[in-house]
Amino acid sequence: MVIDTREHWRWPEVHWVNKELDWRAGGAITAGVDVGSISSKTAVMVDGKLYAYAILRTGASSPDSAVRATKKALEGTGLEIEKIHLTIGTGYGRINVPFAQKTLTEIACHARGANFVWGPTVRTVLDMGGQDCKAIQCDERGKVTSFLMNDKCAAGTGRGVEAFADLVKVPIEKIGEESFSIKEEPKPISNTCVIFAKSEALGLLRKGWDRNVVIASYLSAMAHRVYTLLERVGIAKDFVISGGIAKNPGVVRRLTTLTGIEPLAPNPQYDPQIVGAIGGALFAHAMLQKQKGAK
Amino acid sequence: MKAHYGYKDGSGEYFIVIDTDRCVQCSDGACVPACPLGLLERIQDDYDDTVCAVKEASRNKVKYACAPCKPVGAAAAPPCVAACARAGIRHTW
Ligand code: SF4
Ligand code: SF4
Repeated sequence: MVIDTREHWRWPEVHWVNKELDWRAGGAITAGVDVGSISSKTAVMVDGKLYAYAILRTGASSPDSAVRATKKALEGTGLEIEKIHLTIGTGYGRINVPFAQKTLTEIACHARGANFVWGPTVRTVLDMGGQDCKAIQCDERGKVTSFLMNDKCAAGTGRGVEAFADLVKVPIEKIGEESFSIKEEPKPISNTCVIFAKSEALGLLRKGWDRNVVIASYLSAMAHRVYTLLERVGIAKDFVISGGIAKNPGVVRRLTTLTGIEPLAPNPQYDPQIVGAIGGALFAHAMLQKQKGAK
Repeated sequence: MKAHYGYKDGSGEYFIVIDTDRCVQCSDGACVPACPLGLLERIQDDYDDTVCAVKEASRNKVKYACAPCKPVGAAAAPPCVAACARAGIRHTW
């Protein structure tokens, strides 16, 4: 018997630099560092324009992950952490960003970031992160008007999908598409708890269920779960999805069917995982401007 | 801002909803000392407004923590709700 030891959960890390900008020519350099439970993201802005970003896996130490993600974002640019004028830490590990001058919640940062990435028409933001799910309503300036965050259970989160990808032995980037290679949409897996959902899925596979049907059933359960959270805060257009699961069409398309509202397509310029970090960098930029104005 | 603190699990949805626009105008924050378990606090939010919030460590246990204040079928409002003169706080269950 051949044992499959591949890490199906492993997603590609990202590094991007805006070649059209020169940080040396800019006045205000700001950063947002979003330390999540499974990924650490840094966005660097020059005069309020996105200059560089990186998305790395969070390691055992949050401060270390924040530094690594920021160094990665700055790689090859000649810019160093010490030269960033103002940094805001956000996300689950926000208090552990050693070089941040201020921390803000990921709720405020996602709303602000979504306003920048998709524009002022955004009213609802769903962030499906590593171990939580946030439903946010915001105004035309990206200010939060209502929010809900559920981090009690990993079902419906990135961590849950990672565990599931390993269980069904399908690479995480492919799991969404695979879930549509079925004849008929199955009922969602009944368990909302990730541990029980996993064992329920395992039971179905053992019963001889087709692998893709089990995947569809699991992703459908995720979509149903986040839909009920969205319903509580309300879903208004324009609706956008941020976080890693925005890249999973198996969840996004099923959620679209439930809401009846098509989310705006991801902006190809910005990875959906970087939205919160962008929001942090924008808040930092606004603070810097305010400080300068006060002088 | 409507802040929903709590969670949804297999048994239901348990959120304490705070209308922070009302907290901004509230000078006494009477809900905070009214809570016998100290679940609530006054914080400065992301927009520098002083508002009331459910303490982070308590957000995932509201169903059980609030149970003694909200016995099934009780007609009286729980202490936090009764203390708030602006109807700024409510429970979803
Ligand atoms: S008493 Fe009411 S208005 Fe005042 S802080 Fe508490 S919830 Fe807000
Ligand atoms: S219901 Fe009781 S325990 Fe819960 S927040 Fe209100 S006063 Fe505190």
